[in-house]
Amino acid sequence: MFDFFFKLPAWIQAAIEGLAVILVIFPIAGVCSMAERKVAAWVQDRPGPNRAIVPWIAWIPFIGKFLQRLGVFHVMADGGKMLFKEDSTPGHVNKFYFIAAPLLAMIPALTTVTVVPFGAYLDEAGKVIPLVLASLDVGLLAVFAISSLGVYSLILAGWSSNSKYPFLGSVRASAQLISYELSMTISVLPVFLWINAPGTTGTLGLARVVEFQSQPGLLGGAWFGFLMPISAFIFLTCLFAETNRQPFDTIESEADLVGSFHTEYGAFKWGLFFVAEYSHMIVGSGIFMLLFGGGWNPLPWVPLATVVDLLHQLTGWAFTIHPLFVGVLSIAIFLGKIIAMLFFFMMVRWTVPRFRYDQVMRIGWRVLLPLSIANLLFYAIAIALIQK
Amino acid sequence: MAVVPLERKPLTLAERTYLPQIMQGLKTTMKHLVAPAVTLEYPEQRPVISPGYRGVPTLVKDPNGREKCVSCQLCEFVCPPKAIRITPGEIPFDAPNAHVEKAPKEFDIDMLRCIYCGMCQEVCPEEAIWLQNQYSMTGLSREEMVNNKARLYELGGTLPDEHRKWDKKKAAEEHGNAH
Repeated sequence: MFDFFFKLPAWIQAAIEGLAVILVIFPIAGVCSMAERKVAAWVQDRPGPNRAIVPWIAWIPFIGKFLQRLGVFHVMADGGKMLFKEDSTPGHVNKFYFIAAPLLAMIPALTTVTVVPFGAYLDEAGKVIPLVLASLDVGLLAVFAISSLGVYSLILAGWSSNSKYPFLGSVRASAQLISYELSMTISVLPVFLWINAPGTTGTLGLARVVEFQSQPGLLGGAWFGFLMPISAFIFLTCLFAETNRQPFDTIESEADLVGSFHTEYGAFKWGLFFVAEYSHMIVGSGIFMLLFGGGWNPLPWVPLATVVDLLHQLTGWAFTIHPLFVGVLSIAIFLGKIIAMLFFFMMVRWTVPRFRYDQVMRIGWRVLLPLSIANLLFYAIAIALIQK
Repeated sequence: MAVVPLERKPLTLAERTYLPQIMQGLKTTMKHLVAPAVTLEYPEQRPVISPGYRGVPTLVKDPNGREKCVSCQLCEFVCPPKAIRITPGEIPFDAPNAHVEKAPKEFDIDMLRCIYCGMCQEVCPEEAIWLQNQYSMTGLSREEMVNNKARLYELGGTLPDEHRKWDKKKAAEEHGNAH
């Protein structure tokens, strides 16, 4: 089976790999919308959506009822509703850009995935090979470059809607995304100063960051979240702002902007914005976990290779060192971490009230930016002293 | 009243970062995440109706099965949205409760107009109209939303009667003092 796959032309392989990743991200983004509703309900002391059920699953005695109570079938109900309801385009909009905007929202959201490593396997020599669609040295730079294109879709949506609130919302969006991108980029620089030690080949690849966090020793095994808590905190805060999550969702604040850029959208076009937003969240959480949370290493100071080794010695089963098993294990660990992050996103949503727009700007320019520059200076000096 | 000037302390550094408060808030959120739901799952679980609740207005009968309404039309007169329409009628001479003399021939309450104010219940001298516990009133057409006399008695049922006014009146009449 593997031989057959590797004998395929390179572009077909790439297409299949890409499709596989999208086929994982898209449903997770869909399930996220459901999880959001369910977690919101639990936090607000109510049961949440728990009615929809597929008849032949309802026949399974205990599990069917459990799944129904959990609300898993509401994903289908929501998706079906989004697909089949009338997809109206208002008469006063610029039709071409109005339809282009949600498509453009999806492109950067799904493109950034290509440079994000999502797992690893061990080759015969026991070396950790990361699983990534495009193992580029520009890595994080590509993520920043492409994900900031996402703001174009918001601006296009707001402008082509030809109505006040969407327009105001998209102006806010551009201002907010640009201001937080600065601190975000500066906050990750210490990580790359640290991993690009003198004498090594320079890289901005994310796989290298994880490799650095899986070294032996107290300092080597420590995740960067422990070594650089301020960087991690700034990055996380900016991530909230970049993905338009509460408390930074002034862009689509229902109270003063009626939903802003997606005010005029409905049905599947609106759903695409939604999925794009969740894809951004997923990729963003993934990058946070790669940079500061140890990537696919299960625990701090316990890298993946050690776990696989231990598993192999304990059970003696040959398949535990098979690349397929290790790959699936690492992807599961990484996805688990991403899901934990998404859960954290939802928890914060129901904890911190939305900032006012001027507060968002003040936090971005007068708090986070100076803080991230000071943080960069501190680590630049510290790293220079350690690695001299 | 004494005025106590309170000194507003400047925020500490920790408070200005919002972080301790956010942590505190996350703790509260977590607590509620695992707390049991406090809501009712409506169609299956019904709320407990407290006494004095003003639900759908109904007509009631007394324990003898006699309809209490004497079609005085006070409720029709007092009804602010003019939801009540009564056609008065007479009780035939040979009926056992002929001494009551009057009863409604038709009694319609338009539930699309009713505002559940309870003034009809308040004004009724016979305690014949009651806003009872039913809170959900639905229908697919305007006609369905008009409760006629039969429906009103079906909804109302029988309520205990502590006065037994017409029984006493009849007994007094038979003993020779009409008042």
